[in-house]
Amino acid sequence: MSISKEEVEHVARLARLALTEEEKVLYAEQLGRILGHAARVTSLDTEGVPPTAQAIELANVFRPDEPGKPAPSLTQEEALANAPAVEAGHFRVPRILEAED
Amino acid sequence: MSATPGSARPPWTLTATELIGLLRSGDLSATELTQSLLERIEQVDRDVRAYITVTPERALARAAAVDRARAAGEDPGPLAGVPVAVKDIIATKGVRTTAGSRILDNYIPPYSATVAERLDAAGLPMLGKTNLDEFAMGSSTENSAWFPTRNPWDLGRVPGGSSGGSAAAVAAGEAVWSIGTDTGGSIRQPASLCGVVGLKPTYGLVSRSGLIAFASSLDQAGPFARSVADAALLLQVMAGRDPRDSTSLPNPVPDYSAHLDDGVEGLRVGVVSQLMGEGVQAGVRQRVQEAITLLGKLGAEVGEVSLPTFDAGIDVYYLIAPAEASANLARFDGVRYGLRVDGEDVAKMNSRTRAEGFGAEVKRRIMLGTYALSAGYYDAYYGKAQKARTLIIRDFARAYEDFDVLLSPTSPTTAFAIGEKTQDPLTMYLSDVCTVPTSLAGATAISIPCGVAPEDGLPVGLQLMGRALDEVTVLRAAHALEEELGPMPHPPLWGSPSE
Amino acid sequence: MSDAAPELLTTIGLEIHCELATATKMFCGCAVGFGGEPNTRVCQVCLGHPGTLPVPNERAVAYAIKIALALGCRIAPSSIFHRKNYFYPDMPKNYQISQYDIPLGLAGSLDVTTGAGTRAIGITRVHLEEDTGKSLHMGSGGRIHDADYSLEDFNRAGTPLVEIVTEPDMTSPDEGRTFAQELRSILEYLEVSDVRLEEGSMRFDANISVAPPGERGAKVEVKNLNSLRSLHRALAYEEVRQREVLAGGGTIDQSTRHWDEKSGVTRPLRTKEHAFDYRYFPEPDLVPIKPSPEWLEGITAGIPELPPARRRRFIADYGLTPYDAALLVATRAAGTFFEDAVAGAGNVEPKLVANWLANDLLGRLAERSEDLATTKVTPQNLGALVGLVAAGSISGNQGKVVLDEMIATGRPAAEIVDERGLRQVSGRSELEAVVGEVLAANADVVERIRAGDTKPQGFLVGQIMRATKGQANPAVVQELLRDLLQR
Repeated sequence: MSISKEEVEHVARLARLALTEEEKVLYAEQLGRILGHAARVTSLDTEGVPPTAQAIELANVFRPDEPGKPAPSLTQEEALANAPAVEAGHFRVPRILEAED
Repeated sequence: MSATPGSARPPWTLTATELIGLLRSGDLSATELTQSLLERIEQVDRDVRAYITVTPERALARAAAVDRARAAGEDPGPLAGVPVAVKDIIATKGVRTTAGSRILDNYIPPYSATVAERLDAAGLPMLGKTNLDEFAMGSSTENSAWFPTRNPWDLGRVPGGSSGGSAAAVAAGEAVWSIGTDTGGSIRQPASLCGVVGLKPTYGLVSRSGLIAFASSLDQAGPFARSVADAALLLQVMAGRDPRDSTSLPNPVPDYSAHLDDGVEGLRVGVVSQLMGEGVQAGVRQRVQEAITLLGKLGAEVGEVSLPTFDAGIDVYYLIAPAEASANLARFDGVRYGLRVDGEDVAKMNSRTRAEGFGAEVKRRIMLGTYALSAGYYDAYYGKAQKARTLIIRDFARAYEDFDVLLSPTSPTTAFAIGEKTQDPLTMYLSDVCTVPTSLAGATAISIPCGVAPEDGLPVGLQLMGRALDEVTVLRAAHALEEELGPMPHPPLWGSPSE
Repeated sequence: MSDAAPELLTTIGLEIHCELATATKMFCGCAVGFGGEPNTRVCQVCLGHPGTLPVPNERAVAYAIKIALALGCRIAPSSIFHRKNYFYPDMPKNYQISQYDIPLGLAGSLDVTTGAGTRAIGITRVHLEEDTGKSLHMGSGGRIHDADYSLEDFNRAGTPLVEIVTEPDMTSPDEGRTFAQELRSILEYLEVSDVRLEEGSMRFDANISVAPPGERGAKVEVKNLNSLRSLHRALAYEEVRQREVLAGGGTIDQSTRHWDEKSGVTRPLRTKEHAFDYRYFPEPDLVPIKPSPEWLEGITAGIPELPPARRRRFIADYGLTPYDAALLVATRAAGTFFEDAVAGAGNVEPKLVANWLANDLLGRLAERSEDLATTKVTPQNLGALVGLVAAGSISGNQGKVVLDEMIATGRPAAEIVDERGLRQVSGRSELEAVVGEVLAANADVVERIRAGDTKPQGFLVGQIMRATKGQANPAVVQELLRDLLQR
């Protein structure tokens, strides 16, 4: 099956991946082939078959409403230790709204 | 390097079971053992490249603590002092953890994975973090952002993946045992290609807290070792409920070593017909057939079993795993940790960071997964795959009415050449055909070496699959077969260590 | 808005987010709170570090079930979490763990009474999710538009949130506001949230459309409603705006608008939120919630009498007016205090107790930044005070003086009255003498009154009160004056 370049661009936008023009063409082709292969799945008869989201049968797994359970909080220093940009104890990021065009 | 008393064999060549005896008797100290392995790493890792980060001070400090405890008459635990290597997808507090990705080049976790904590509590000095396919996505370790790991049996070949570093380290004598993760075969396949033992535990048996997530409903950490008995010991340390993981099973953990010698008399073994067909390399099929014959000799009831849904296994896997991964990898956005590439606004910063930080295979799977979940496609792809997963589980359940364990080659081929399968992602994906079904079912399976292929002299792996939570039976069968097969040769790189 | 075209109907639905008053966050052990230094109530889980996993807070689940039950919902026998996927810098994982097609509670309802009558408003769903962090926009006076950059604080990230979605059953801004008020009261009674709108522990988004009867108008979502007043004002504004657009021949597009409290208008929100494809799929890191009958019974037993039922009972049992009942039911503490005070007042009309509580006590407490929980005045004390006034032992004015002292010291009314000798003088014979003296001393005033000018009567009363140090019973004084002046 084939995936269009527009579809690839749409998916790349959803996934926040900046692709080069070559990559768009390459992924369109590769994804198309992988999904074509996956047609073997779409052709299976799954009428009345429930989906399996998890192979285990647990339910009602909780933690108590107590601080530090099951693990303690970090200090501010630990929390910011890996941050690419910090200001006044916050994580700093570029402007959120896209630049006006 | 000092030889062990009464033997010309250096400590790095011994199994954990052998070493435990020596450590307990005081014939060998944990420090000496750790030293032996660190020297071995220095000697061969420039060729094998199993390690991303070696942690000598940490390892020696832990070893010294174990020695001090023993000297003081305390019991530091049965496995204490036997060093271990850990796949770099497992968070280790204070130690660089990259998941094989540029996007985590400078990442130092503020916490440790439960599995890592349990190893440390058991007194196992950590030698370092091993190489992997980026974010565990791959079957050859060629997708590591850093460098490919090489198969100790032939340095021009891949060790398998994604846990290639952990497998190669054990095969090359650079670790006594190691930890990897298995999502679609990433422990078993490299174990097979490197000629070591590798086990994927039942989903939920080992905590996933601290495992950098690839596919949440499939990921499991598990042991690589030089023998089945060693693997059982390491599994014992890892297994058991963790309050930090909601999907961690509350079932009591059995003694995995207690029944190893029970034999296979009357054990019903089903050879999966779908996995013994044309795609399997001739030498691989031959060695596996020989092993099947041995099982029969040992008293197992061997038969053939057909699991038709296995044919769709790869396709189901390559819809479910990337879908979950696409969400799991969304957190890598340059905001709180990891690589950041600047942009005029947040969206551009995110996109450029991820474009530069992720390799091609990771990007491909994120795109695939995002597509499979997107509006209009969910039912056809992800939704459908989850239903197909149910069919695979039912197929297994039916098979396990007639059989106790199922058998197949672990990998259709022996180790392929570096660069051989990187042109077409689909070709690489097909390496997983034997291992993926067990992952989808959340059950357990082990790969043990069953000789080398006559045509290339490379290791062949045999896979034994078991019901969920039936590691005991799988280990028992594997151990019996391993004993009957006799010792595996060592890779040429092992040399003839006389010192 | 009274001349709006009569053939257009307004349809309103509300989406409410309520932060739960648990000790810790939804999926990790960090403390929940408000304010404080940034990024000090965080851990690897709520920061979304690689390898971390969520584990649900049992109390948060119980609170969510409690809310759903209180709103008459059906509780799902097995409900699951979903991942809602989108990128935003205040989202530690760039997906929110929420619920999608199998929420905890479904199909409830809540009655709302306005001047137009009582209607049942449908509750579509009640579900659990985690809150995001907070963004501080820099370089633009705090607004997201024109900001140079932003700062992220994840203290709030992971706080348990219950989302309540109503059916689009409301038909006026009044109904919308009344519903919100009623819901807030109920949540307060359940003790599941401190429902402080100004702190953001309860937030509203509203959907409003205007269309001819039988037609479906385009839904306009209105955000940034930080108080009940804003909610009402925004809905009223938007209703008029949409009507005007339609009357002018224009059309309304499905859109999202931002309420600007200062200028009193809604503005289009220019982010591309409506283009989001959330790609919901079941959360693989969490297992289903299957509440047992025992657990549900326990939670149900913990639900107190709620405002609607309490209001009805106060009107029926205590003869209060709907207005007074509503006042006393506004908080759980007020109603409980009222009932205890009535019990302590003896044979007194509850209406009197209601007045003293609502008009006198609450106002004074507010001035001192106290409330019924912190005051030294016990309900029994208040009741006793009202009893004294009703029996005529002290005057109303004296009662207020006593109340002030009670608030300051917590001492019982009778003690204060005795100590200060405040007993009201009600005996005719005692007062006659004083009245007589005052009249005698003000003969000119008496003349004027007898001549028909009633105005100076107040002056005489004042003089009598002064002479008796405020202790004369006003009613008796009036009687005496009437009698003596007539002679």
